[in-house]
Amino acid sequence: MVKVMYIEADGREYEVEIAAGDTVMQGAVDHLISGILAECGGSCSCATCHCYVDEAWVTKIPDPSDTEEDMLSAVEERKPTSRLSCQITMTDGLDGLVVRLPESQY
Amino acid sequence: MSASKNSAADPTSVFPTSNIDPYSDEFLSNPYPYFEEIRSLGPLVRLEKYDCLVTADYGVVNEALRNHEVFCSSGGVGLTNFHKEKPWRPPSLVLETDPPEHTSSRQILSKVLSLPALKTLRDKFEQEAERFVSEVITSGAFDAVTDLAEVYPLKVFPDAVGLPTQGRENLLPYGSMVFNALGPRNHLFEVAFENAKPVQEWILFHCRKENLSADGLGAQIHRLAEEAGVPEEKACLLVRSVLSAGLDTTVNSIGSALYCFARYPQQWQALTEDVSLARNAFEEVIRFEGTAHSFYRTTTQAVTIAGMAILEGEKILVCLAGANRDPQKWQQPDQFLISRDCRGHAGFGIGIHACVGQMIARMEGESVLKALAKRVKTIKLAGEPVRRFNNSLRGLASLPVEVELI
Ligand code: HEM
Ligand code: FES
Repeated sequence: MVKVMYIEADGREYEVEIAAGDTVMQGAVDHLISGILAECGGSCSCATCHCYVDEAWVTKIPDPSDTEEDMLSAVEERKPTSRLSCQITMTDGLDGLVVRLPESQY
Repeated sequence: MSASKNSAADPTSVFPTSNIDPYSDEFLSNPYPYFEEIRSLGPLVRLEKYDCLVTADYGVVNEALRNHEVFCSSGGVGLTNFHKEKPWRPPSLVLETDPPEHTSSRQILSKVLSLPALKTLRDKFEQEAERFVSEVITSGAFDAVTDLAEVYPLKVFPDAVGLPTQGRENLLPYGSMVFNALGPRNHLFEVAFENAKPVQEWILFHCRKENLSADGLGAQIHRLAEEAGVPEEKACLLVRSVLSAGLDTTVNSIGSALYCFARYPQQWQALTEDVSLARNAFEEVIRFEGTAHSFYRTTTQAVTIAGMAILEGEKILVCLAGANRDPQKWQQPDQFLISRDCRGHAGFGIGIHACVGQMIARMEGESVLKALAKRVKTIKLAGEPVRRFNNSLRGLASLPVEVELI
């Protein structure tokens, strides 16, 4: 198990344990964290699982695929740290990851 | 035999058996008691009649669908095992394939059908929903299936794909063939295929680039396919996937949505008080009234799941609609609650084959519910609903309703 910290737009923090191999999106959905909608269930076609990866972790995560890049170009309030949480797979190396959630997913 | 005594290290290959027939009229008109019965027998049960396994357990459904290497789709997602028998049509390049073939086809469809890509269609979908709704509600009584759930998608969806107006009457019969063909060769199959030839010809003709409008989703699929070096014949099959799966599914879901609200007036009231619930309400309809209630997978190797040892080459009926009512996963699973957190439901599938058209489906559902909730105070049944029987789609053929306007 590895830890992920989700910080909602209103500042609420949730630290949860998820299995290595699960995605950051899955962890949020399993723990009923509402800032991630994940309408497409992780098939990289809705962009409603948008998150901002904490600066300290950005370089530890593999770059987005072309598909993710396409989706990201359409999200509200895109920042350089924007990622789709369904495309981030947890590994032991990501234990302690911190992600912030946007105010809205549409 | 006691399944509970088996630890993970000691899986059993003796499955509880059942004589439930998932293609009987009784099952198709109300599968939910049967899903419960299946779950009470165990996480995986052998169906004697078809010599396949079945699961209605959320945990097993979820695990199996995520493990696409072992629980594959190239064996066909219907009862027929494509590894042993010839399919009725060339297999779908998305639904009925595995990676890596699946990945490249899926990427093309996914690009065209993703939420961001559909943004330009939203206004049109909403305007048309308002137009259809205001027409149909004026008389105070209408058939929610034939007067709304069918005609609205039959307008906006083929328009979006880029099909001509003429000949659209072939779309629903084609969908009916596709979804019935996932079951056995029973009377439903026979009826659906009675007039198959002209319908199939019309569909295949309209999968071709030259017969689609230049700016629709169909043309975009052809364009992306060409860029990716996919031969034209294959691009046509990708358009065929959209025409196969894109209409009967939404028609039945919108019909089911109206049926839910006619039975749960308090939920309708909640929606009229907060129209922004429409998107989640449609999601709950998909959970509660599983339109695409089950698909098969075929095992590529021996595997243990939920303490049960499954052999290679086994067909498994994965009941999405059963998983969506599993009390292990859902609180009050048999209640229709439009504010429920229904994330993780299996109604659009799970894993790499999860519905690639779900964004367009939601856009249709949400638009219709919003348009109705702005104008209609109450919806009541005005006669007996009539079920539409199909081997793998759940929905109604007729739903007479009365509405009181706001
Ligand atoms: C409410 C309406 C809909 C429901 C309930 C629904 C349900 C599903 C389900 C459960 C699957 C997964 C099948 C499996 O795992 O074997 C699926 C796949 C698929 N759906 Fe939908 N669907 C709907 C609307 C649509 C629409 C509008 C389109 C087209 C625009 C579409 C196109 C597809 C395609 C092409 C696949 C295959 C995806 C793949 O295998 O990667 N569906 N759908
Ligand atoms: S869950 Fe839809 S793109 Fe991530």
